[in-house]
Amino acid sequence: MEFEAVIGLEVHTQLLTESKIFCGCSTKFGAPPNHHTCPVCTGMPGSLPVLNRRVVEFALRLALAVGARINPVCVFARKHYFYPDLPKNYQISQYEAPIAEGGAIEIEVDGQRKSIGLVRIHMEEDAGKLVHDEKRPVSYVDFNRTGVPLLEIVSEPDIRSPEEAVAYLKKLRTIVRYLGICDGNMEEGSLRCDANVSVRPKGSQEFGTKVELKNMNSFRHVERALKYEIKRQIGLLLEGKEVVQETRLFDEAKGVTHSMRGKEEAHDYRYFPDPDLVPVKIDPEWIEKVRSELPELPDAKKQRFIEEYGLPTYDAEILTVSRPLAEFFEECVKLFPQPKKVSNWLMTEVLRELNREGKEIDETNLKPEHIAELLKLVEDGVVSITAAKKIFPEVYATGRNPKELVEEKGLRQESDEGALEAICREVLSENPAEVEKYKSGKKGVIGFFVGQVMKKTRGKANPKLVNQILTRLLEA
Amino acid sequence: MAISREEVQHVAHLARLEFSEAELERFTQELSKILDYMEKLSELDTSGVEPTYHALNLANRFREDEVRPSFPPEEILSNAPQKEGTSFVVPRVIK
Repeated sequence: MEFEAVIGLEVHTQLLTESKIFCGCSTKFGAPPNHHTCPVCTGMPGSLPVLNRRVVEFALRLALAVGARINPVCVFARKHYFYPDLPKNYQISQYEAPIAEGGAIEIEVDGQRKSIGLVRIHMEEDAGKLVHDEKRPVSYVDFNRTGVPLLEIVSEPDIRSPEEAVAYLKKLRTIVRYLGICDGNMEEGSLRCDANVSVRPKGSQEFGTKVELKNMNSFRHVERALKYEIKRQIGLLLEGKEVVQETRLFDEAKGVTHSMRGKEEAHDYRYFPDPDLVPVKIDPEWIEKVRSELPELPDAKKQRFIEEYGLPTYDAEILTVSRPLAEFFEECVKLFPQPKKVSNWLMTEVLRELNREGKEIDETNLKPEHIAELLKLVEDGVVSITAAKKIFPEVYATGRNPKELVEEKGLRQESDEGALEAICREVLSENPAEVEKYKSGKKGVIGFFVGQVMKKTRGKANPKLVNQILTRLLEA
Repeated sequence: MAISREEVQHVAHLARLEFSEAELERFTQELSKILDYMEKLSELDTSGVEPTYHALNLANRFREDEVRPSFPPEEILSNAPQKEGTSFVVPRVIK
């Protein structure tokens, strides 16, 4: 029997606000434990939460970007459970009336386009951080992260494979980065993903028993965890066993999922509207204001790159994954109006350096002027493409002017036609036997002459020009 | 009975409360009376009435996204039964 997987994802994105969702404590990462806390975020009796306006604005940006319906009135609810990372013993979240419902994210896997529906987007507060002691039976609690704003994005169970799940996550990450609402760093936990997975006979309309997967903190882990879990569930069904509804944790070292027992009964959250917070009303003017400030989104930008710059789909896709990279590309093209040449350089030389360092282009010393100048030097025959590639890592690392580096390293090509012709004549007169070979039809020997000229100029001659001159002299 | 003894026990457990047999019996009776009394509200026809989410007729009370000074950690930690450095210490919660 053939099976198919049914996957829905719950993604939490940490918002890039300065202050927490319900108090003025800083959201900055890396402070010593409990240095960014106050009576509100630690849940002291008598304290009163007040909503950060920017959280609503960020949620509206995302809702508009994915075409979700924005609820005219939304409310906060208390979600109750006991855990030491939750000082109030409830998390302020949204339940009945979230800020937005519906919408979709478009993905592409192996050239197949697909739309993954969204159930809802809601605002909530993050919990604290627990550190477990290696030796003693204690855990340390740090509430700095408590109250950092999150958006939870819940997808429909429209995803059918681990590859689609990763494509969905990558697309969502690209969108939140474009919108400037989340840095999308999975390893650092600013974008987190849980998955609901079940399997069923292919073609069936019924859902199988679902398992919730947690603890997948990179795209690769998501893919591995889902692959393992799907295989595990299919194995159970083939043996005539049942899948148990439960929460499982991914063990990245072993590449398997383990049952996380004991949390089952805790799924009785007793939600009710939070009396400390008044409803949020979102009028059409507010929505229009946010809409008018939205940046061009990844899909639109990709399409424009294809049409406006005549780039292949592949190039447009890669260049628009990151908004700073896309903007960098456009700046380069303004200075050096040959889009495909700029694209080639960015996708090879530049991305190699960026990937090596794990940086965005706007975090480096590289400026569009550098790329434009380098490409112009190649275009004008001042340096060979090989020499340009050779000096690029130094331009990238130091932000130094490429022209200066070319001079300093003596990489300038000899492109003076008169000087090169003299050398070519010299080479020909020194090698009469080879000249005879050429004249008798062995045209391939021209490579030998070019080589000799390069040798005499210690590699600095412009090979294209040398070739032209030699051909002219030999054919004369 | 509007509520069973098992439900009372379940709710008590969710709230991390422990009751004696006698208390369980008493609360089952009392909560049932309260729920029966509240059930009176169901007699009203509320179709077409917007749900009330809040007792105050207010909306959109915001603060701007500005950082305000946090509390000194020693003050936040002053009620903690156990602490180390500026961390709260609790019994180990995993594994």
